Amino acid sequence: MARDPFSKSVVIAGVGESECGKGVGLSMLQHQALASKRALADAGLTKADVDAVMTTDVVGLPSLQIAEYLGIKPKFTDTTITGGSAFDVFVEHAALAITAGLCEVVLITYGSSLWTDHRRLVEQGGVDPRMPAAQFEMPYGDLSPIAAYALAAARHMREFGTTSEQLAEVAVASRQWAALNPRALLREAITVADVIQSPMIASPFHKLDCCLMTDGGGALVVTSTERARGLHARPVYLIGSGFSATHLTITHMEDLTTTGAVTSGRQAFARAGLKPSDIDVVEIYDSFTFSVVVALEDLGFCEKGEGGSFVGKGRLAPGGELPTNTSGGGLSYTHPGALGIFLVIEAVRQLRGECGNRQVSNAQRALVHGIGGWLSAHATLILGV
Amino acid sequence: MDTQRPLPKPDQDSVAYWEAARRHELLLQQCSACNKFRFYPRCICPYCFSDKFEWRQAAGRGTVYSFTIIHRAPFPAFRDKVPYVLALIELTEGVRMMTNILECEPNMVEIGMPVEVTFEDVTEEVTLPQFRPAKA
Repeated sequence: MARDPFSKSVVIAGVGESECGKGVGLSMLQHQALASKRALADAGLTKADVDAVMTTDVVGLPSLQIAEYLGIKPKFTDTTITGGSAFDVFVEHAALAITAGLCEVVLITYGSSLWTDHRRLVEQGGVDPRMPAAQFEMPYGDLSPIAAYALAAARHMREFGTTSEQLAEVAVASRQWAALNPRALLREAITVADVIQSPMIASPFHKLDCCLMTDGGGALVVTSTERARGLHARPVYLIGSGFSATHLTITHMEDLTTTGAVTSGRQAFARAGLKPSDIDVVEIYDSFTFSVVVALEDLGFCEKGEGGSFVGKGRLAPGGELPTNTSGGGLSYTHPGALGIFLVIEAVRQLRGECGNRQVSNAQRALVHGIGGWLSAHATLILGV
Repeated sequence: MDTQRPLPKPDQDSVAYWEAARRHELLLQQCSACNKFRFYPRCICPYCFSDKFEWRQAAGRGTVYSFTIIHRAPFPAFRDKVPYVLALIELTEGVRMMTNILECEPNMVEIGMPVEVTFEDVTEEVTLPQFRPAKA
């Protein structure tokens, strides 16, 4: 497979977040504006430098809406809609556009007032009546998206003996990281027993196996290595990327225990010329505890079926051998409907060494893995300094 | 009548499927070129891309591929049904469908369990194919 097609020619030069939490009082567009202002300031660039806008999940014509609101007239836009993996896809697409000379400074944004608007994720079936799922899944009381991941987890447990206690280890480790992150929503320590004893939502998932529901926004500034020279933040290079979509709804996922992360991960590692043992810090979309277990297997950090035992003994936690979801992730830090952009932001901050108490020492290579839809669309990025 | 429950709105691909369900029949499309069955119904074969197909009566038997017991209702209409089973069934024809498992305590359901089709008349116009444990 081809080595990195971008040859360290593209960097993430700035990252920013709005105020994240429950009911912070900002609208969806305000979250994106605030995050964009902070990301550009972080990069040492201004709005006038931006010539491309990428966003998703905004009604209507998303990139045009964001560009208009911010007063940008872009010469390149992208509104790829692959759920929570879209932001990792945008970094790859930004790199493509920049290296092709179509644009120079790309602003990638996300923002949502999900908690304020909807309060409960379980009311977010969000299926258009024209989609087949509206006929063949929703009438059966599909608790979307929780049930889809629960069906995959149940099958994984049956095939490989994965246990609820093992899944809970992911939530426990995430909370340990969150305790070190002053911005995290939930910072109080939890145990495996706390997870198991929290209310059952859709077996095998208890409440604490499921991600949070918050408001929040994030933004990234991607530019060429050349353009980034002289800017004040330490440049973080894109050194590998990969994408794979295998289905849309869970009924049509061929093997519920193996995801598109196999393909996206293999591509990203091959392009980076690296292997899992070269990675210092991992950020995986933890929509549910199980998401992390299956992604670690499929990305090659452990063998298929061994993810349950792999995540135990504090391996993912502070001080563990594979620091994972170091902000506290969607389980403990924040989750305004889609987490993808926050995974990239945390990876960049870790690689720059800006993470204070939760800083992973000597972090040189980070892997970010976004999962969209119903385990449907997988995007892997490998970033480095 | 359960007006809040999301109900299927048949479209150009599925009208024959839902009309059959009202007659308590489970119909599947079979590709005329590669002979594979497919689900959900659509105008083109996702395996060989042929647009020729026949509707076939399914045997109505299969096994549970995976299942979850839902404890929190996604819509108000399901509040009096929790806990209920949401399952993926592999039919003997080789296709997979989402369904509930009726006529069975949720904690008695197992992956691999043989099931057979049954029909739930939800309204006068709409009948849902459903599954229950296979009778020996």
